[in-house]
Amino acid sequence: MNKDTFKNITSKRLFMPIMCLVIVLLANVIKTPDFFKITLENGVLSGYIIIVINRASELVILAIGMTLVTAASGGQDISVGAVMAVAAAVCCQILSGGEVSVDSLASPLIIAIIAAILAAALCGAFNGFLVARLGIQPMVATLILFTAGRGIAQLITKGQITYIRVDSYKTFGGYIGKCPIPTPIFLAIIVIIIVQLVLKKTALGLYIESVGINGTASRLVGLNSTLIKFLTYVICGAMAGIAGVIASSRIYSADANNIGLNLEMDAILAVALGGNALGGGRFSLMGSVIGAYTIQALTTTLYAMNVKADQLPVYKAVVVIIIVILQSPVFKKMLANQKAKKTSGTTATEGGK
Amino acid sequence: MKKKFLAKALSVMMAAALLTGCGGGGGDKQSSDSNVSSNGGGSGSDIITVGFSQVGAESDWRTANSESMKSTFSESNGYKLIFDDAQQKQENQITAIRNFIQQEVDYIVLAPATESGWDSVLQEAKDADIPVIIVDRMINISDDSLYTAWVGSNFKLEGQKACEWLKAYAEAKGIKELNIANIQGTIGSSAQIGRTEALNEAVEANGWNLLAQQTGEFTQAKGQEVMESMLKQHDNINVVYCENDNEAFGAIDAIEAAGKKVGPDGDILVMSFDTTKAGITDTQSGKIILNTECNPLHGPRVEEIIKKLENNETPAKQAYVDEGIFAYGTDVTNVNIDGTDYPVTEVTDDVISGRAY
Repeated sequence: MNKDTFKNITSKRLFMPIMCLVIVLLANVIKTPDFFKITLENGVLSGYIIIVINRASELVILAIGMTLVTAASGGQDISVGAVMAVAAAVCCQILSGGEVSVDSLASPLIIAIIAAILAAALCGAFNGFLVARLGIQPMVATLILFTAGRGIAQLITKGQITYIRVDSYKTFGGYIGKCPIPTPIFLAIIVIIIVQLVLKKTALGLYIESVGINGTASRLVGLNSTLIKFLTYVICGAMAGIAGVIASSRIYSADANNIGLNLEMDAILAVALGGNALGGGRFSLMGSVIGAYTIQALTTTLYAMNVKADQLPVYKAVVVIIIVILQSPVFKKMLANQKAKKTSGTTATEGGK
Repeated sequence: MKKKFLAKALSVMMAAALLTGCGGGGGDKQSSDSNVSSNGGGSGSDIITVGFSQVGAESDWRTANSESMKSTFSESNGYKLIFDDAQQKQENQITAIRNFIQQEVDYIVLAPATESGWDSVLQEAKDADIPVIIVDRMINISDDSLYTAWVGSNFKLEGQKACEWLKAYAEAKGIKELNIANIQGTIGSSAQIGRTEALNEAVEANGWNLLAQQTGEFTQAKGQEVMESMLKQHDNINVVYCENDNEAFGAIDAIEAAGKKVGPDGDILVMSFDTTKAGITDTQSGKIILNTECNPLHGPRVEEIIKKLENNETPAKQAYVDEGIFAYGTDVTNVNIDGTDYPVTEVTDDVISGRAY
């Protein structure tokens, strides 16, 4: 391969995140040779790769919202997991009409889903108001809903797990009719495309980056930085709402204690794995998406390798540490220096972003 | 200007925090009612005041547990129950116990969220001469005299019952080879430890194949995800040993999505614990072939202990609740563990309608 094109590829922003995903996936080939085998079973596609893409859907959607929040405000929304539970609770409670377990819908599906996403967006708006208008640290502001969210969800479901045993509700976490591909995969892709289009076709993406890099300067050139920050939190809330509905549809119930549990940390990790600076500013949406798939690939890989349950977190931590180090600016600089020494003469222009 | 903002921000946060706090307790009318009325009274009168600190309302089982306490310690039975929902947090429980001591309740009942960290607050209760009865989970404590008695389930015995039943069922049905997948509970919980231990011993003793073992964290979502992965890995699983009903629901979803059949005539037998109403409904249809009970109705046992204490008798330090075995069909009528016979109940409509939870 031509040296220049090689360097071109390695210096690309998305190179490292993609490499990490590829490494995690390749590790399976040695241990589980049929990891990549996709078969048609029972009329639906089946295989580890499908499991990874399917199970990562909620995380991908959360990571998109988290990326925007991170870029604009330089902080993270740690309430997304709890907001998922709120959305699931709202959705199931409307569908069940207050019953604990129902076999038929009490109200139309579309109304419940819109209400759920609106409720989640409202939570996002609350966070956004605290952060953008009152200037509270994002971590502190979202801590309120992080603790209160599940309590709110419990109040909505009256402390019960509400079951919606209706096939049409299972569609979002299952399959549409005879379609062999799980619905969450479609939903994740649709969300990615819509957000990407909005960011690219309007100036919103650029605005978010500039607010994140320097809020005051952006305001001076005429951008309403408060509104833009606020908007990212509302979007993040809505994303959490969509993820909450999917997660709830998978188990056709609203389990207020467990839906989205610890998922906020995975979403932040996905943003970091995607090569985004957690301090805000420039961002790569696709990086975060790849980061999210990497995390799920890691989980599924550990299941496939039959790692004992009590050791699972240790393995996960080790791999995450390695990936984060590989992507750290200091390490990249070291790598670049090494290269520069080897091919002394060519000046290394790589470095942190 | 900035200071004003800060002040506003802080007040908003405080208000929010207050709301959260109230949200938890406010969900329970009984708690606020009895809180007010029991402030003055308690000791001295005929009414026995009991303070109950419950972990939360995380599952149907827990709700049934709370209900059992509420119905046992009702005013018509001569009790005043102060109920506190701790929302899964130990610090809330410690605060609740301190409140109980201040309100001079006669007895404290505690369903602990965690095993450790109870020494100092229970010492306070002991100093105030209030007997403490632990229910459900056990606590880890340096001085056993800090609590009066414990009421709960024998998780190991539950597991042994399930395994003995499986052995007898396999013999009755002529199943030669048992390939078992174990979906464990939350690692470290006493229910997981007891049930997994019993399975591991039975596997060892009977030469069964334990193909996979992974935690489903007692939730339906994780049970589904883990089962999905296990089915990819092994295509010869014929028994799934789930450690609660929610995991079993998830496992059944995953098995059916993979095009396999659960039940006595299908490819895979699903075993479960807890016997919630939804759980034994699936047992009646054979989807869950065996459901071993984990009885949440602790109220009567706790009342027995309190009555003994009232009569100045010493209750047993550990009291297990009675727990049944519920199965599909009548292939096995009873199991024998260490010389004791335990009957197996076939699930019928009457059994299901008799379930409170």
